[in-house]
Amino acid sequence: MQPFRSHTAIAAPLLKDDINTDQIAPVLHGRGLKEDYKAMLFYRARRRDDGSEDPDFVLNRRQFRDAGILVTGHNFGAGSSRESAVWSMLANGIRVVVAKSFADIYRENCLQNGLLPIVLEPSQADAFAARVMAVDGAAPFTVDLVTQRISGPGGPEIAFELPAADRMRLLEGLDDIGLTLKHMDQIVSWERRAAAAQPWLQTARDTRMEDREDA
Amino acid sequence: MPRTLFDKIWDFHFVGQRADGRDLIYIDRHVLHELHAHHGFAYLEKQGRAVHRPDLTFAVQDHTVATKPGRDDRTNPSGTAFLEAMREGARKNGIKLFDIGDPEQGISHVVAPELGIVLPGATHAVPDSHASTVGGVGALAFGCGTSEMTHVLATQVMALKRPKRMRVRLNGGLRPHINAKDVALRLIAQIGVAGARGHVVEYTGSVVTTMPIEQRMTLCNLNIEMGGRSGFVAPDDATFEWLARRSYAPQGAMWERALGYWRTLASDEDADFDREVALDCGSLEPQITWGTDPSQVVGVSERVPEPSAIEPSRRAAAESAYAYMGLIPGTPLAGLPVTRVFIGSCTNSQLPDLEVAAAVVRGRRVAPGVVAMVVPGSSTVKRQAEAAGLDRVFRDAGFFWGESGCSMCAGGNGDRGEPGERCVSTTNRNFENRQGPKVRTHLASPATAAATAIAGRITDVRRLASGAA
Repeated sequence: MQPFRSHTAIAAPLLKDDINTDQIAPVLHGRGLKEDYKAMLFYRARRRDDGSEDPDFVLNRRQFRDAGILVTGHNFGAGSSRESAVWSMLANGIRVVVAKSFADIYRENCLQNGLLPIVLEPSQADAFAARVMAVDGAAPFTVDLVTQRISGPGGPEIAFELPAADRMRLLEGLDDIGLTLKHMDQIVSWERRAAAAQPWLQTARDTRMEDREDA
Repeated sequence: MPRTLFDKIWDFHFVGQRADGRDLIYIDRHVLHELHAHHGFAYLEKQGRAVHRPDLTFAVQDHTVATKPGRDDRTNPSGTAFLEAMREGARKNGIKLFDIGDPEQGISHVVAPELGIVLPGATHAVPDSHASTVGGVGALAFGCGTSEMTHVLATQVMALKRPKRMRVRLNGGLRPHINAKDVALRLIAQIGVAGARGHVVEYTGSVVTTMPIEQRMTLCNLNIEMGGRSGFVAPDDATFEWLARRSYAPQGAMWERALGYWRTLASDEDADFDREVALDCGSLEPQITWGTDPSQVVGVSERVPEPSAIEPSRRAAAESAYAYMGLIPGTPLAGLPVTRVFIGSCTNSQLPDLEVAAAVVRGRRVAPGVVAMVVPGSSTVKRQAEAAGLDRVFRDAGFFWGESGCSMCAGGNGDRGEPGERCVSTTNRNFENRQGPKVRTHLASPATAAATAIAGRITDVRRLASGAA
């Protein structure tokens, strides 16, 4: 995973609550296993009914085409667990989402991929959104995970907080599987204990096959 | 200290704490599907890592499979590569696959409990947000992303922060024709689409304890639509009876031993929950969504709410929903013409769901101009329904009777509505464009969906059943 220390980019306002992963990364047909994550991001929201680009959608507006920070409302990433809803953001250079809250699975998917999910208190989030609207893409903001601060035009620095463990994981770009594999001894000894305490959990066999073997 | 059932299951499955403070929770059963599994297999191969417990891992083909009778890999061309990659990955890694054509293929959340693969007090992971469906048999299930799925493949644990605990008490008795879908929709309307965020929900109360297991699964399935991390019903005698003799469940002496343990699986009487919610279900009528998220719900006799009746913070979402759904506030839901009805998905595709719908349909015809589909949740359900003659009931009425899969829930297999169509669906998400570009989805129970297909407009099943419609 690419470590995250600091990110300087244009911030785009998408000020709605409950934006779901069907909207962020719609299911598209005909690409098989090789998805185009860059094209996938807000694929339908970016287009009008006739398929042409909707010039009013925020990420289509000239000043936000290269936005790297998305500012949004409550419960961002609700719905399906599809990780393409994170991969499509990264494919477009968006490495930070500032929200009032995130859906649980989406937030986990962010941490797995080095996308920084920042939660601000509602009043603070509203103030930051107003600032982002006023700046209107004229100058970038900097999100620094080392100091946990957002800085940029139109106001003072904003402090944010990420749980220490999540912060360390992003800063160091730690391999999640690698972290857990250090505990393989504990996993194997748990399996031994479970096999004694609840043996039915440590085996998942089709008992019809056993009947046949017995016969 | 008194503990909730969630705490007991969590504590038993606690393997250790990772350097970043996360709890490593052992996953007893991991079920994959073709949409995401190939990413995990490719990653493990690249890293030279093996699947730690292929014997506790299962796989299904469900999201992209065609539903057309006689289907094969190529019937849905956009699914072919996924089906092939799943098959190859399962073979290489020694994972049991319920493949297209297998007599037990189906939607993961239906197949796993139906075969006794998931068990009470067991932990379960699926790279799909509706994983907690199996909470209906008392399992603790976590939906996850692709990276987390790969993590489980490599380690058989999930690295989680301990969620909070919520208890939902569902009191009263349900009137005729009202079931778990109506209860769940009303609950989501009450607490909102993020109301259970960060929480594992235990569903309790007289409504739940008297609910058949399949309906408990419907209830737990919709847990994610109020943002819940997981949801379950404590197992009881009905659960044990339902699971007994299922193929992958323990048998004989091992069953007796498991049963002895499972009977202890309950929250202690004075255990603390972080949040308590209650809903009196006694006066509930059939529920239906009018908007574009699963909390925008009314009773079927009600009208599309006026903006003034909607909480200020939700008004912008309502305005956008009126426009997408083509609805004017004040319009009664009952009577709205529909051109498509879908009965199926992990939410409502089990045998009792199909029985309820068939009872409404029997001896009647689908209204002209309505495309109506029934897609059983598994090939087993399909076979059982056919043995009971339900397929004839549906087909004689003009329904399409399909092969099992996720189908029109998200349209990943090409089953979709036409732009602008109004559709009543027994699925779980009425999001914009989910069932096809510009399709207007109303979520409802199988009974409401069946009644609507017959009448050609949104219908209160109780009126149809009494001959009043």
